[in-house]
Amino acid sequence: MQNKRKERIFLDPIFRNNPVTVQILGICSALAVTVKLQSAVVMALSLTFVVAFSNVIVSLLRKTIPGRIRIIVQLVVVAFLVILVDQFLKAYFFDISKQLSVFVGLIITNCIVMGRLEAFAMSNSPKRSLIDGLANGLGYGLILIVVAFFRELLGSGTIWNYQVVPQAFYDAGYMNNGLMIMPPMALIAVGLIVWIQRAHQQRKEEGK
Amino acid sequence: MENIANIFVKSIFIDNMIFAYFLGMCSYLAVSKTVKTSFGLGVAVAFMLTITVPINYLIENYLLCKGAMTWISPSFADVDLSFLTFIVFIAVVASMTQLVEMVVEKFSPSLYNSLGIFLPLIAVNCAILGGSLFMAERSYANVGEAAVFGFGSGIGWLLAIVSLAAIREKIKYSKIPKALDGLGIAFIIVGLMGLAFMGFMGIKL
Repeated sequence: MQNKRKERIFLDPIFRNNPVTVQILGICSALAVTVKLQSAVVMALSLTFVVAFSNVIVSLLRKTIPGRIRIIVQLVVVAFLVILVDQFLKAYFFDISKQLSVFVGLIITNCIVMGRLEAFAMSNSPKRSLIDGLANGLGYGLILIVVAFFRELLGSGTIWNYQVVPQAFYDAGYMNNGLMIMPPMALIAVGLIVWIQRAHQQRKEEGK
Repeated sequence: MENIANIFVKSIFIDNMIFAYFLGMCSYLAVSKTVKTSFGLGVAVAFMLTITVPINYLIENYLLCKGAMTWISPSFADVDLSFLTFIVFIAVVASMTQLVEMVVEKFSPSLYNSLGIFLPLIAVNCAILGGSLFMAERSYANVGEAAVFGFGSGIGWLLAIVSLAAIREKIKYSKIPKALDGLGIAFIIVGLMGLAFMGFMGIKL
């Protein structure tokens, strides 16, 4: 029973209750960094780190934080972690940090982080909060990676900066779809993912 | 003058917060069901952007940048506090929303009633923090330009949310596949609107 509940805490956010496609949280940054797979993965890892650890910290402090100023306290905790991530990226992955530009900073106001802190960490033990944070980060990352995979494949013909569409295709008249690199296509791609997921779930529920 | 007009038009149409950078998307999708409420939120966002961007500009350039504090004493020329940018910006945004909420409540109860419920939401709206971060990245020449950028981005956001709400009000009467209804179609509409907005690209005054 105990194990099963933990499993649900972990698995729900990844599929059935995905933060991006079901709860519409954290789309702000999700779409802007999905032109290339590499930046999407870095973004997903940064967010997972921030959600997991801010969840733990807030959960540890949850009994000492006064209710009235909890939002400010949460913001400070999150901002602290985001600064760590930002400085780390600047030090070791300067190119990627340039590509992500303001979006690392925007993790502070990412609704997933605040949402999980409010909804979960404030009322659960640190261990469960850690699992919840990791799972939500991964659920977010999953969508990011799927969108980025297709956008990079169709838009630039590469995956992880390696050419995957063979030269022979280009010789035969194949062209990269420049539209996929443009921002609006990210929205349409997410819209399609939402559509697929909901249709799938409906069928499952009807089958029951 | 020309430069200012250029920044203004650019921040509304070309670098539109929603269509080009997806900032403030969460509240954008959640609140855009009716034109009236979305107008309220849009005005609140525009208002806060116009206030916070210039304030953050001053803080950035006179306190945080490398060598920014030389006006206090020349010995501070090597001090670089730019790693504090995020935490200071978010603190300014959060405290300004609180302050504006109190001021509006005191002096204009009618405005508070229409705007009030949106103000607390705004502290964690990515559009506000994003505006300040973009301002820091693009290094505008003076505080006036920064203010115009903030105001223009706000107007762009307002425009985007009101037009989406208008479309969503109409689309309720259409037949949409059940799984696509609601969120899915909203995403696709925003995508198509973004494509339309891309037509403005390259405009210069």
